[in-house]
Amino acid sequence: MRKVFDFHGGIHPAENKHQSVRSPIADAGIPPELIIPLSQHIGAPARPLVSIGERVLKGQMIAEARGFVSVPVHAPTSGTVHAIEDRLIAHPSGYLAPCIVITSDGQDEWTEHNGVSDYQTLEAADLINIIRNAGIAGMGGAGFPSAVKLSVKADTHIKTLIINGTECEPYITADDILMREQAYEIIEGTKILQQIIAPQETLIGIEDNKPEGIAALRAAAQGTGIEIVTFPTKYPSGGEKQLVEILTGQQVPSGGLPSQVGVVCQNIGSTVAIFNAVVHGQPLISRITTVTGESVREPQNFEVLIGTPVQYLIEKAGYQREENNRLIMGGPMMGFTIPDTDVPIVKTTNCLLAPSEAELSTPPPAQACIRCGMCAEVCPASLLPQQMFWFAQGKEFEKLEEHNLFDCIECGACSFACPSNIPLVQYYRASKAEILQLRHDHEVAEQSRIRFEARQQRLEQAEEEKEAKRAARKIAAQQRAQAAEEGGEEDPIQAAIERAKAKKAAQQADTGDESELETLEKAVVSTHKRLGTATAKLEQAKAEGSDLVDALQTGVDKTRDKLTVAEQALKDCQQRLGTHSAEQPPADGAQAAIARAMQARTTEASLSPQEKARLDLKKLQNRLQKSQAVLIKSRDNAEEKKVIDALESTVARLTDKINAVQQQLNAAEDA
Amino acid sequence: MALMRLTSPHAHGPMSTQRVMQSVLLATIPGVIVLTHFFGFGTLVNILWGSIVALACEALALKLRRRPLGFYLKDYSALVTAVLLCIALPPYAPWWLITVGIASSILLAKHLYGGLGYNPFNPAMVGYVILLISFPIQMTAWAPPRGLGELPGFMEALQACFTPSAYDATTMATPMDLLKQNNSLLIKDLWNQYPQFGRWSGLGWEWANIAFLAGGVWLLYQRIFTWHAPVAMLVTLGLLAAIFYDGGSSASGGSPLFHLLGGATMFGAFFIVTDPVSSAVSLRGRLIFGALIGVLIYTIRIKGNYPDSVAFAVLIMNFAAPFIDYYTQPRTYGHRDKRAGE
Repeated sequence: MRKVFDFHGGIHPAENKHQSVRSPIADAGIPPELIIPLSQHIGAPARPLVSIGERVLKGQMIAEARGFVSVPVHAPTSGTVHAIEDRLIAHPSGYLAPCIVITSDGQDEWTEHNGVSDYQTLEAADLINIIRNAGIAGMGGAGFPSAVKLSVKADTHIKTLIINGTECEPYITADDILMREQAYEIIEGTKILQQIIAPQETLIGIEDNKPEGIAALRAAAQGTGIEIVTFPTKYPSGGEKQLVEILTGQQVPSGGLPSQVGVVCQNIGSTVAIFNAVVHGQPLISRITTVTGESVREPQNFEVLIGTPVQYLIEKAGYQREENNRLIMGGPMMGFTIPDTDVPIVKTTNCLLAPSEAELSTPPPAQACIRCGMCAEVCPASLLPQQMFWFAQGKEFEKLEEHNLFDCIECGACSFACPSNIPLVQYYRASKAEILQLRHDHEVAEQSRIRFEARQQRLEQAEEEKEAKRAARKIAAQQRAQAAEEGGEEDPIQAAIERAKAKKAAQQADTGDESELETLEKAVVSTHKRLGTATAKLEQAKAEGSDLVDALQTGVDKTRDKLTVAEQALKDCQQRLGTHSAEQPPADGAQAAIARAMQARTTEASLSPQEKARLDLKKLQNRLQKSQAVLIKSRDNAEEKKVIDALESTVARLTDKINAVQQQLNAAEDA
Repeated sequence: MALMRLTSPHAHGPMSTQRVMQSVLLATIPGVIVLTHFFGFGTLVNILWGSIVALACEALALKLRRRPLGFYLKDYSALVTAVLLCIALPPYAPWWLITVGIASSILLAKHLYGGLGYNPFNPAMVGYVILLISFPIQMTAWAPPRGLGELPGFMEALQACFTPSAYDATTMATPMDLLKQNNSLLIKDLWNQYPQFGRWSGLGWEWANIAFLAGGVWLLYQRIFTWHAPVAMLVTLGLLAAIFYDGGSSASGGSPLFHLLGGATMFGAFFIVTDPVSSAVSLRGRLIFGALIGVLIYTIRIKGNYPDSVAFAVLIMNFAAPFIDYYTQPRTYGHRDKRAGE
């Protein structure tokens, strides 16, 4: 016998399991309408692949997985997509969520599907893919995608594969009946898991209150090396962390996964789903659900299609609405009440419990906590529930986190044990939600702060840059002024660009080339006229012998001069316009100047070093002459000493440069 | 057709606060019977009057605090306080002594702190200590046990309670007093000289202790509390008594059995130390809490001014309970450290 370990705490609630195992699994049949939520698992909801009015076949994928932690959804039977809309779903908060609604046609016509009988030939990755595409999510309650659980990192060594057949919740017998009736499928499914994970040992853990199921599994597991391990019945031994401790003696680190202690867990219901997916090619479209409680006449287990409305299912078991005080999806410890019987059965629905008032009475009002510590005694996570209750009441969230609130698995053992009927789990659940909300708010606030600070910085930087540019321009202007004064060197290209720009600006300032020409022509014509008139008057005066002859002679001379100037201007203008039209394409002056300057530079570049040096020398000598002229002029004008000093230093610098270039030139020529 | 919405868990265990309190009351019955057998109806009359006063005080406090009377009176907590204090009081105590004690317990120690569950000190022991300090003569006047004096009848007991001036009480030193005052006799000689000593401890006292032990074991069996605090207290007390027994010399502190079955030991261990509200909560904490109470009981019995010391020991350790709890938090599942806060 394998040694089994115990976990801290735990309770022994009335089991009430016998009621629903008296008859075998019944087929719930095909309801007229199926409501299939797109999110029946932990992770991202699936994306619909069908449209309204489309006919779908049984097993056809109607919504695909979106993301790694997500599973697809399949049509549970053949029929027509009636709607894709928000419907009330099975959730503790009773909210609406997107669902695909299928009207069944009763033909139950399968889509094409192929199983792999010799799955031993498949790679682990292929098997995981089949499991993912079959839409299998943990069927024990949480609904974590099975494929994700099985995708263990390559460097993680898995020693133990644990199949969870504990079913510690009172009333539920879905796993128990599965063991009794489908032991072969369970063992085969487990073998597939073994092939994927290649563990050293494989254990199926079952509480000792299911002797028939244990016997059936033992018989089926004969010779497979799969070990059936039983242990004393105690709630919540089926919690994944508790089961790992029971079977291995190790605790899963807080916030971690069982794989960190070399364990992978799978629910026993999932093994059958995996078997059907791999060997028969059937996706997860139905499950075993226990319908029990004193308000149903025939408590039993049903094979029920995913998406079947609760109302349809409970009627099959003889539901008595008037006796029922609440309808619980799941067991009495961790199940949640559903708001309405319209909600559908989903992949994680292991039980529908319809108790009478006598069976599960309405809880009396809570009394004061007397710190009896019974909650701490039963807590499977070894928390201090009474302390946490205190902090939860006072909203002392930091203290709650210090007391490891987030290690609470919400099993309900503390509330069960509390003599004062305090709904402890509800306090923890609310506190967790509030803390998560605060964390989220804090994150959002933090992001806003970072964004604001970044913007502020950006603005400051822009302002600084502007300021720097302004300063640079100022310095540049000063330098230019100084350079101009010194007759300093200018980049020929830059100078040409500047000149061309200035010219173009001047041109654009005029009304335009054409109108300029007209104006000039008019001027010439009018001047010519005036000259004619003036000459005529002069002739007349000469003939009359007037004393105005001299004055008129001067006027004629002046007008003739003006005419000459006007004619010259007109000629210039005509010439310029003629030049423009001659160029192909008619580029503007600036571009031509740039082109010329570039040309000059290229020519310069093509010169040999010696020629270049000579050119440089010539330029420098020119500049020296200019500078010396300015200097002499300044001295003559008796300018300020500062100016004269600057000019003297410029002359000296130019002389030095000329000497240096001369030396280089000599050296080059010698070589 | 709206269905009732409730949060999980939907199942609830059989335990209730009423049941806890009722069980404690039931468990005192053997002890009260033995006390009545050996010391007469005094204790019974104490309990009757004390219960009436306690319920009246509780009702008054609830009314002043605007709490629903019926809901809170039904929790039996006031009755438990009254019964425990009245057992601890000397039989044939005058009505006003009982009244002052109960009023102190219920009004001062309980409701001034916020009522049931919020009191840092054991209410019965607060009442007891207030009386002991304020009225030392009345509080140390114990009746002689059966066989050593005339046992008054029920009517006389009532008279002693309600017209104390008309009642001529006979009192006798308790074995605890005798041992404390002894400084010249060997234990064996002391035993021979005074008839108050019985087979192992005080005459009558030893049987009362055994009866309270029986009641306590029954409560343990009922899982009303855990064994940790009482067992730790009894073990330390017994060990200390054994260490300082000194072979029964004149300087001896008394035998382990004398201490375990003498005075209020068993009553304290199973009915006072186990008060959940004012004790440590974690199991390791309860072990420490109980053990230190054992040390204090022995120390005060031998070295202090008072012959018995359960009330003082418990009150002192009530101070320490939150501190003990802070340092004895259990290691949470999946955590390496004892506490995440460290």
